[in-house]
Amino acid sequence: MPESIIESINVKRLEILDVNGDVDSSLMPALSDNEIKRMYELLVLARTFDERALHLQREGRLGTYAPILGQEASQIGSAFALEKTDWVFPSFREMGVYIAMGYPIHMLFQYWGGDERGLITPSDLNIFPICIPVGTHIPHAAGAAIAAKHKGDKVAAVAYFGDGGTSKGDFHEGFNMAGVFKAPAVFICQNNQWAISVPRQRQSASKTLAQKAFSYGFEGIQVDGNDIFAVYKATKDALKKAKSGNGPTFIECFTYRMTHHTTADDATRYRKDDEVASWKPRDPVLRLKLFMAKKGLWTEQYQKETEDKAKVIIDKAVSEEESIKPPFPGDMISYTYEKLTPRQAKQIKDF
Amino acid sequence: MPEEPKRINMVQAINLALREEMQRDGNVIILGEDVGTDGGVFRVTDGLMKEFGPERVMDTPLSESGIVGTAIGMAVYGLRPVAEIQFMGFIYAALDQIYAHAARIRSRSRGRYSCPLVVRTPYGAGIKPPELHSESAEAFFCHMPGVKVVVPSTPYNAKGLLKSSIRDPDPVIFLESTRLYRLIKEEVPADDYTVPLGKARIVREGRDVTVISWGSMLHRSLQAVEGIDAEVLDLMTLNPLDEETIFKSVRKTGRVVIVHEAPKTCGFGAEISAAIAEDAMLYLKAPIMRVTGYDAVIPLPRLEDYYMPTISRVRKALEEVIKY
Repeated sequence: MPESIIESINVKRLEILDVNGDVDSSLMPALSDNEIKRMYELLVLARTFDERALHLQREGRLGTYAPILGQEASQIGSAFALEKTDWVFPSFREMGVYIAMGYPIHMLFQYWGGDERGLITPSDLNIFPICIPVGTHIPHAAGAAIAAKHKGDKVAAVAYFGDGGTSKGDFHEGFNMAGVFKAPAVFICQNNQWAISVPRQRQSASKTLAQKAFSYGFEGIQVDGNDIFAVYKATKDALKKAKSGNGPTFIECFTYRMTHHTTADDATRYRKDDEVASWKPRDPVLRLKLFMAKKGLWTEQYQKETEDKAKVIIDKAVSEEESIKPPFPGDMISYTYEKLTPRQAKQIKDF
Repeated sequence: MPEEPKRINMVQAINLALREEMQRDGNVIILGEDVGTDGGVFRVTDGLMKEFGPERVMDTPLSESGIVGTAIGMAVYGLRPVAEIQFMGFIYAALDQIYAHAARIRSRSRGRYSCPLVVRTPYGAGIKPPELHSESAEAFFCHMPGVKVVVPSTPYNAKGLLKSSIRDPDPVIFLESTRLYRLIKEEVPADDYTVPLGKARIVREGRDVTVISWGSMLHRSLQAVEGIDAEVLDLMTLNPLDEETIFKSVRKTGRVVIVHEAPKTCGFGAEISAAIAEDAMLYLKAPIMRVTGYDAVIPLPRLEDYYMPTISRVRKALEEVIKY
């Protein structure tokens, strides 16, 4: 018997908005001018937040912080497609997602300032607390998605992780569960090319990360992660597919971490300035600005107003955060179980 | 009218608890390897898929971390998952999910989210299986704030404790002794009773020595104390520990023997022993003795009987503390 091909896959890459600010109108998602402006304002707000967080960290007012510089379009473009009722499972480099979902910004500073109360998600949002061990929250999204399906809720569960996360066992186990149970899940990988000092090529010999999805029985797509329209469209389509019962999707946002892994890292130890410089023209904020300028949606005046507005919001969040009373030390004990154990009841008397 | 209690074994009692809880609450679902069509390798979930369908009794891929991780997502979303890990030796792959997530979600979100999850797993030696099918790793889980650890020793308590575990708002590791699964039968009411978590029971009252045990070793302890005026405690829940019942008994007897199957070093007996030393030292008339598995890898069946605490080893410890 001759050998035959029993399966073949085609991995797509989606790009809509190029570096000059021109779009492929055949692929352009339906977005009003106001929505586009809102996207831009969120990009600026997220970048303003990021810059402020770095300043505050240097001043010793925040702990270690993981910046999002360069990845704003991947985060805001995807979150822009989400409903507030969708479940979000973030990793630690997702401040743009939080901001786009309308999470109270002072609580983000509170969390990075070392206070768990910053992760008390407001009741109108379903954002799971930040997952620190890389990739281990991927099965949680699969589980929440299966639960949503079980209850007949028209929501999707979305997990965010990085290129490093795709090397973890829980990436495999979570994807496998989601595929087998056709879970309404969307997996968003921000492939920012670096897991601290280890480059993307050392995470996987696979040509793309997107193609990994096919071995779990669902589609993976690579999008230009610095193209907010491509990210938005891919996420919107994946959510629609999930909510109509057609199972999960994996979106690889091909982007770049423009700065250090965290404030405790020095990226100059392991990567060349040339490489970083080569990504500068691909900046996600610049690209949307060029598009809007061509469309007459962007002016110097608008830029100034947008920046001022962002600064006011961030200033207010910082002062709001600083007015919060320190946590009660006994809180570290009180929230272990619903009720204190007999031992904990004795231990908490120390405070 | 409640049905007449039937004499059933622990497998049947656990099955009954699962069935009753699934009937009571549509959010209770079972997931694990072979739990559906096959009814579990020990038949604990037998018949449940037929009754509740494949969406509530889910045969999953062979994926321990995935099973627990998925169950965490389900629990946080609002279901009451009961995940089965086929043998305790395979739960190690899911320790990260249990310790890094299930145990911490309530704390990490300062009470915004909780994780009402039960992980059932058969534990312990005595059924002549391959490697890693005989583990007694209960102490790992007792060292994880945020997790509760429950070990039933009889069919009646297994049913009542499992029902409490499923209704508990926090993650529970529920350990089922493989050796006890079919060893004893007792009357188990078909009505909706529960046995509270965090409470030990006095199986037998006595004045001369307190024997503290749980799960399969309880039965060996009961055989070992014949003819001795011993008080025998069945902890049932290891974490949170019912120190009050322990101290009350120690104050009465002044002598303690702790019996468990797990290795001695850092076994849960060490915790009990330290607790007694801290709070009831002055009542002791003899050193606290531990009769445990050896500090060794649990052997294959040829040496299994040498590994587990025997009646004579327990008996020897009892005689020693009484003579002291």
